[in-house]
Parts: sequence; C-alpha cells; structure tokens
Amino acid sequence: MWLKPTTTEKIAFAFLTIAITTVVAFVFLILYYITANGIGAISIDFLTNVPLKRMTEGGIYPAIIGTLLLITGSMVVALPLGILAAIYLNEYAREGKLTWTIQMAISNLAGTPSVVFGLFGLALFVKYMGFGPSILSASLTLALLVLPIIIRASEEALATVPKGFREASLALGVTKWQTIRKVVLPIALPGIVTGAIISVGRVAGETAPILLTGAAFFLPRLPDSVSDQFMALPYHLFVLATSGTNIAKTRPIQYGTALVLLLIVLGLNLIAVAIRRHYRKKMKW
Amino acid sequence: MRMDGKFKEHAIETVLLSTSAVTVVILFLICIFLFGEGAALFNEISFFDFLSGKFWYPTSEPPQFGLLPLFLGTLIVTVGAICISVPLGVASAIFISEIASAKVAGMLKPFIEILAGVPSVVYGFFGLVVIIPNLQKLLNLPTGQTALAGSIMLGIMALPTIISISEDAISAVPSFIKEGSLALGATRWQTIHRVTVPAALSGISAAVMLGIGRAIGETMTVMMVTGNTAIIPGFPDGFLAPVRTMTATIALEMGEVPQGSDHYHALFVIGAMLFVITLLINLIAESIKRRYMFKVGS
Repeated sequence: MWLKPTTTEKIAFAFLTIAITTVVAFVFLILYYITANGIGAISIDFLTNVPLKRMTEGGIYPAIIGTLLLITGSMVVALPLGILAAIYLNEYAREGKLTWTIQMAISNLAGTPSVVFGLFGLALFVKYMGFGPSILSASLTLALLVLPIIIRASEEALATVPKGFREASLALGVTKWQTIRKVVLPIALPGIVTGAIISVGRVAGETAPILLTGAAFFLPRLPDSVSDQFMALPYHLFVLATSGTNIAKTRPIQYGTALVLLLIVLGLNLIAVAIRRHYRKKMKW
Repeated sequence: MRMDGKFKEHAIETVLLSTSAVTVVILFLICIFLFGEGAALFNEISFFDFLSGKFWYPTSEPPQFGLLPLFLGTLIVTVGAICISVPLGVASAIFISEIASAKVAGMLKPFIEILAGVPSVVYGFFGLVVIIPNLQKLLNLPTGQTALAGSIMLGIMALPTIISISEDAISAVPSFIKEGSLALGATRWQTIHRVTVPAALSGISAAVMLGIGRAIGETMTVMMVTGNTAIIPGFPDGFLAPVRTMTATIALEMGEVPQGSDHYHALFVIGAMLFVITLLINLIAESIKRRYMFKVGS
C-alpha cells in the first residue's frame, strides 16, 4: 500500500464516475445525433406518402402501417397467452418439476437470439404451415419472441399484489377465479400494461425475424390481407442504409426513418415508465 | 351447483396451465424444426467437416460449408464487446448502487432503459454513419467496417443487461456486511472492492454471461458494421479487418438460397448451433444466479 486509502478511494471513485459519465454521454450522443439529422426530413408528406423513384424520394407511409400491423397482429396473440400463463405461474403453480420446466423454458426463450426465432418462423409458419412470407407469419414469429417478456412482466406485477387481498376475498366465499379477476388483476393491471408497452416497442424495432418471414424490400402500396408481404420501419431503414439504390443521396430519408422509429420505441418506453411511476406512488399499503 | 362451481374452477386451472405450457412446446418445436431442417446437410458432408471447415464458400462449385470462419468471427467480435462492456458496465453498476444518492440513481436508471430500448437497426445505423468513418480516419484503415466496430457497438448494446443485473446483485448484498466493514475503519472503496463486490460476484458473473449471450445473438448491428467478409480472423490484428459472424450469415444469405438446397440446410445448422450456444450460456447464468441466491439467503 503505497497510497493512502483515502487517495486510492478518490482515484477509484473518479474512474467509476468516468464510466457512468461515458454511458450517459453515449445515450445523449446517439439521441442527439439521430434527432439533429433526422428532424429536417420529417414532415407530414414524409409520414403520409409512399416511397417514390426507387425509394430515393417520397415518404415512409407503408412502412409505418406495416409496423402498426405487426404490432397489432403479434399483440393479439401474445398478450392473452402471456397474461394467462403469468396468472397460472403466480396464482396456481406449486413448486415442482412441471413449474421448474416452464420457468426454464421461459428464461431460455428470453435468451434465444431473434434471428433464431426468424429461422423458426420461416420453417414453421412460412413453410410448414403454408402461410408464406406474410404479415401473418411475421406477426406470429414476433408474438413468440415477446411472449417471455410479457409473461415475466405480468408475473412480477401479480406478485406485488399483497396476499391479504386474496385471503380477504377468499374468506368471503368468493371463488379463486373470481378473486383473481375482480381483486388481483385490477391491482396488477398497471404493471401488466407496462410490460405490454415495452414488448410493443420491441416488436416495432425487431428486424432479423421479419427479414426471414415476410418483410418486403419495396412495396409501394398497403397490404390487402394478412397473407400479403409488407414494409416495416426497421427493415426499411436497413435496406436504405445498406443496399438502397443511392445510399449517399438517401441519407436524409434514412435519418428521418431512424428518428421516427426511435420516437415510436422511446415514446412507448416513456409511457411505460410514466405509468409505473404514477401507480407506484398511488399504491402504498 | 357446488359441484359445477368446483368443476369450473378446475377447468379454468387446466386452461391456464396449458397456456403456460405453450412456452415449453415452443422451445421443443424450435429444437425440432432447427435440427430437422439442418440435419439434411449431413447427408452431404460430415458433421466434423462442417465444424472444422476453414472455408465458407456456399455458392462456389463445389460449395464449401466450413463453420470455422463464422464461429471465429462471432468469437472475436464477442470477446472485443466483453472487453468494453464488462469494465464499463460493472463500474456503472457500482456507481449507481453504492455511490450515487437515491435521487441521482433514480435519474440514471432511465438512461440505462433508453439504452436497452433503442432498436438494434438504429444502433447499426449509428455505427455505420458515426463509428465507421471515425474509426477509419483515426486508425488510418482501408475500411472502417471491422470486427472492432462490431465490438464497440455490441459492447454498448450489452451494457443495459450487464448494468441492471449487476446492480441487482450488488444492491442485494445485506447492508450489515458493509456496515461491519465500515465500522472496522475501512474506507468506502475498500468496502466496495474487498467486501461488497466479492459478495456480489456470482450475480455479476451471471450478468456477464447474459451480456455475452446478448452479444452472440445480435444480428442487425453486426451485419451493418463488420463488413461481412467470411475469412478466419487473425488475433489480435483481426480486430482491424472485416469479419462475418454466424448471425449475419443467416440474415444475409437466407433471402437468396433456394429452399431445400444444401446451403439452406447449412444456414439452419448455423441457427441450431447459435440456439445451443445461447441455451448453454443461459443455463450457466441461471445456475450461477441460483447458487448466489442460496448464499445470500443462508
């Protein structure tokens, strides 16, 4: 020990401060850079027009609609499934092999790379079930991808409901299912909604799975049915930035698309944070 | 009537159980479909040749399917990412849970959540327009699309996982242990690096494992910044050359392969390998976490 402990502490704390500052600075940098360069490209026309002249001009309307369709499609499947699964795990499941297996499956699904989900969607939905490259195939693939997120968030929300509430209801002779529906779920709802919003953000931003299950390079119209191919914001950005007709010339469109995508995803996250804060303050017992 | 009620309750429980069992079915189906679609490749070449093959020329005549360049590509990018994100992430976690006041910590956490929320394609785009040109200028390289660019981006993307899980582990260390150290006259830093961090070490290792899993599985970002040349990278000079990862290969080539061809099956084999690798990493992280919970609880 050739330095005084207090000196060592000062140096160590300085390094820790530098580390966290670097992280925060990077967040600012990426937000600032995309916003500053993208804000000029965004206009009503940009948001409501189809891409023109081999995607070197025009807007991103079909990509926005495609992303909204993917969100709707995947949530219709993943939300009920995820919430019901979470209810079972938190309210009914007893410790045992079956519960352990389910929990392991969920954490492994959560860790599976999105491109692997894409391959799986391609093999199961596109090929085996014959849905073809389509909104349907891509939505189902994304639904499976966010299922573990929804289950985990809902489970956490249900776990915060105090035991006394359930016991009070059961003691009044109310059945278990009615107790869950009328007492437990309403209290857990904000937490469940928060998880759902975060998974919507995830669906909006995922690229690799839809690349393999039906996203179209270019489709200047809106899809007619769920078995149509589609454009989507993240894939559109990828295409323009790496393999568009004139990558340098379309930079403004790329920045604009990146900003719209970022605004949607971070906006959703912000709403989720706001809901969580609001109800955390309200629910103190 | 009472029997009916009981029957209904039972039916509800069964339905709920089956919804949560869906996750097990999905995992099972992923295995079946990935391995099923991949297995056909091994009618043509042996599994060992695939693993040890040094060349990935899927479209040459005859085609060569060697995993080695892709596997080593993934490895070098991931190693670089870990070198960046582990020190930065663990230091940030220590700062948030041990040094920052509750108010400052509350302000810092949303930043970490933003970092987790940014889509991978936006990271890739940022890497493409900011990191790559600067890297090229700074290091005087023929191209900025290198393994290093991939490592930097993946290192940043693994940060939220590493920070939030490490922070949980560090905060879970009982305060009486720290107080004991402080009461003996140790400084706060001595307490952190001799007492708190060692006590949280298994949780931190689990965080690092999950961060590695995240980096290995990331696709779009690496595909946009690493240049995607399928050659075996040298070490350490390979950091400054383009590489191709396993994930990028799947995403790049799947669009162009005829279904049912050897090339198609080979891409599924790569997917199956990725699945197995991330599965193992998750299992290790899970078992580390379990042990650590036991330790703190006892």
